[in-house]
Amino acid sequence: MTEYSLSHLKELEAEAIHIIREVAAEFENPVMLYSIGKDSSVMVRLAEKAFYPSKVPFPLMHIDSKWKFREMVEFRDNYARENGWNLIVHYNKAAYEAGVGPFTHGSKYHTDVMKTQALLEGLNKYKFDAAFGGARRDEEKSRAKERIFSFRDKFHQWDPKNQRPELWDIYNARVHKGESIRVFPISNWTELDIWQYIRLEKIPIVPLYFAKERPVVNVDGNLIMVDDDRMPKEMAAKAEMKMVRFRTLGCYPLTGAVESEADTIEKIVEEMMTVTVSERTTRVIDFDQDGSMEQKKREGYF
Amino acid sequence: MNKDNNPNTAKLSPFGGTEGGFHLDINTYLDQDEKKDLLRLLTAGSVDDGKSTLIGRLLFDSKKIYEDQLSALERDSKRMGHAGEEIDYALLLDGLKAEREQGITIDVAYRYFSTNKRKFIIADTPGHEQYTRNMVTGASTANLAIILIDATKGVITQTRRHTFLVSLLGIKHVVLAVNKMDLVDYDQKVFNDICANYKTFVTQLDIPDVNFIPLSALKGENVVESTTKMPWYHGKSMLEFLESVHISSDRNFDDMRFPVQYVLRPDLDFRGFSAKVASGIIRKGEQIMVLPSRKTSKIKEIITYDGNLDEAFPPQSVTITLEDEIDISRGDMIVYPDNLPRVERHFESMLVWMDEKPMDPSVNFFLKHANNTTRIRLDKIQYKIDVNTLQKSNVDFLELNEIGRIVITTNKAIFFDPYKKNRSTGSFILIDPMTNNTVAVGMIIDKLNSEDLPSKIVDEKTLEANKQRIHQGECLISTDQRQKRYNQKGSTIWITGLHGSGKNELAFTLEKELFEAGATVVLLDGSSIRSGLSKELDYSPADRAEHLRRVAHISKLLNDQGMIAICSFISPGENIRQQVVQIIGEDRFTLVYMDASLEFCKNNKPELYEKYEQGKVQHIPGADLPFSIPENADIVLKPEDRAHNAQTIMEYLADRKIFPLI
Repeated sequence: MTEYSLSHLKELEAEAIHIIREVAAEFENPVMLYSIGKDSSVMVRLAEKAFYPSKVPFPLMHIDSKWKFREMVEFRDNYARENGWNLIVHYNKAAYEAGVGPFTHGSKYHTDVMKTQALLEGLNKYKFDAAFGGARRDEEKSRAKERIFSFRDKFHQWDPKNQRPELWDIYNARVHKGESIRVFPISNWTELDIWQYIRLEKIPIVPLYFAKERPVVNVDGNLIMVDDDRMPKEMAAKAEMKMVRFRTLGCYPLTGAVESEADTIEKIVEEMMTVTVSERTTRVIDFDQDGSMEQKKREGYF
Repeated sequence: MNKDNNPNTAKLSPFGGTEGGFHLDINTYLDQDEKKDLLRLLTAGSVDDGKSTLIGRLLFDSKKIYEDQLSALERDSKRMGHAGEEIDYALLLDGLKAEREQGITIDVAYRYFSTNKRKFIIADTPGHEQYTRNMVTGASTANLAIILIDATKGVITQTRRHTFLVSLLGIKHVVLAVNKMDLVDYDQKVFNDICANYKTFVTQLDIPDVNFIPLSALKGENVVESTTKMPWYHGKSMLEFLESVHISSDRNFDDMRFPVQYVLRPDLDFRGFSAKVASGIIRKGEQIMVLPSRKTSKIKEIITYDGNLDEAFPPQSVTITLEDEIDISRGDMIVYPDNLPRVERHFESMLVWMDEKPMDPSVNFFLKHANNTTRIRLDKIQYKIDVNTLQKSNVDFLELNEIGRIVITTNKAIFFDPYKKNRSTGSFILIDPMTNNTVAVGMIIDKLNSEDLPSKIVDEKTLEANKQRIHQGECLISTDQRQKRYNQKGSTIWITGLHGSGKNELAFTLEKELFEAGATVVLLDGSSIRSGLSKELDYSPADRAEHLRRVAHISKLLNDQGMIAICSFISPGENIRQQVVQIIGEDRFTLVYMDASLEFCKNNKPELYEKYEQGKVQHIPGADLPFSIPENADIVLKPEDRAHNAQTIMEYLADRKIFPLI
């Protein structure tokens, strides 16, 4: 007897494709937010799968804080070119020209201006009514209750008390003018699922995820990589070469590396299964205040 | 789960490292691990039942709580924990800040863990207040439900409520987790009694697979490892059970339904129809029919990014092409011609109201179902069902967390199957056209046979029936529709009392107050009727009776039109009043007695009583004619309270939902 059963990865894939197609069908002007990270890479592949053999009917948008790792930017441009994506890169021009950066303005201000504000600016500029994000529910406590279709008011704000019931696979896509929906097609994926899927599907990811000798500075226990000459000289002077990799990617001064020998996906997974630190702890921005991710979400950050 | 047969991988731990002397080969491990399936489960119960502790155990004991989450947890526990010195597992689960501060969980939270046999998604729903909305949400995607019971309390109302909701949402596997066995000394009898009690209840519901597991979440007994404290229990531990329960045959593989979600048109030569297979197996080369056009063709290809398939099954998301060029758009459904779904505009459904704002049955909600959106009309609420007692009652609308059986008419035909047979094509949501909120969710029972359609639904048969009714002088607008329009119940307020008792003053004041409050109201009194309609009648008992018969019929007509009639008439005899009640109908009739003494009346209306004393007029009830004081008046008023009397009646009407209705 044939057993009609899908593996958990294939079931998650089917669910994500269904969600992505639903947004393309229901919204006039969707966009896929692309962070260049591994979760984004998986989401982008899922979009390619959803519309195969057609092209994906919406653009990618990267909110560039101008402090991303150089390898990320390079990867982004290559990937979009090679895969025929319409890529929008948006950044907060005014703040950039004013020289805002984490070293001079602190992580909180930098993140607010160059990420949250830039995102809202980008969404408003192109009048997107739906924006895909690669967030997962297992990442952080406040995300465990996040909807797949997450309603945002016309100020892009998220009200945890005012979210729509979400049942079966029927998604309510109705919004008034100016309101929007953030869509999280990989909500039900765990970090392990992501790695397994990258391995299974041979999805290209930024090389920073793999261990390599890199120049890093120990800043309050976080290993910060010297990625360019904007790092203060006295800080950069303390750099030492270490075998490190990154579990998450963001602005290089705000993203700590972990010491690791894992230079293949298999080794990363092996390391992960025995690891004792969850992935978001290598993001400096979460330490600002308790419940800070929830706070950022309310303000419009993912 | 063929990996259990593979001696090289059977003993691999999902957590890395070695076990039983085998070295972990990560490649082999991953190749196997990728193939494990997914179980979505719902946990129902309250914090008191130890639900969070159980979930915490499953997550913790299967080593998926990372160490830093734990250290953050210890910090949080010191500040707000409720479990004293021990780690509070509940804190690990409660997500949002506001909820943490209140110490309650108020939404559905999703948790993830894996073993080397399965990946699990837990929909964690709270047991209190918003229980129905949240449980229904969590249950909609679950394969299995764990219902928690406190062994010291046994089967309680909440247990029954949870079980009912689980069966309503069509979950096929239920595990009754009898928790806190440590508090009853792991006594087999306690467990058996609870199981027996539960079985008598659960057999009334439609759940094919019910299981019972005794455990202690707090002590970790029988949660992950098999129990040592309950040697009388020979079944599986909770985790073992979850790892082994067979779910892949739960899906409907019989009735092929492909609800077109998206049309791919990369160029003029290619037309692909994308969707998630809702049910059944779609096969290359098969003859298909497209609804609603009923055009037929054959499946040419089943396309995926990873290569073409010969067949696809739920829940795969694929794209198909057809041999013939047929116009197909989103919302159409591709099926096999020998196995059609219902194609109907009228159906009955169980409906769960999910919105804070109560149902307004006059709103034409959007219905979203199988990639189709259409406007609807709520025709009728057959009954409301109480989730705690399963008692049915009649209501005019549903409120938050209420469940009813309703009749719906859609603007265009939808393609559905009964929810029991097919979760994907039997479920829908209702969206408020103003707020865009998802206000209700429904599970379709079935189409309605035309003879069972409520009178409001118009189809060919009904049109014919309407013609018949018009012919017989019947109205096509029901009293119910009018009442909803006016927001009131068509009723008669009949004020009886002596000449000069202050009836008319009360009647006119009441009319004005009702009018100003938004009611649609008509006043009938002696002078208005006698000046025209009853012009030829005098005040003799016989003519009085005829006069009041006419008044009663007018009042009935008004009530039928949904209007409130205030009738101010002496109506002195019990017989006469009985006749009036019979014409108007008891359930629409409110009798108000103006209890004034003859003294008062004489002072109030001296000119009439003087004429009577002088013998110029006769037939005055209370004087030369008897006036029988009504024994059965709904409201008795004194003229001395004239400042409050109208208000008293207004309150009476509001209490009985005569006005306002809502």
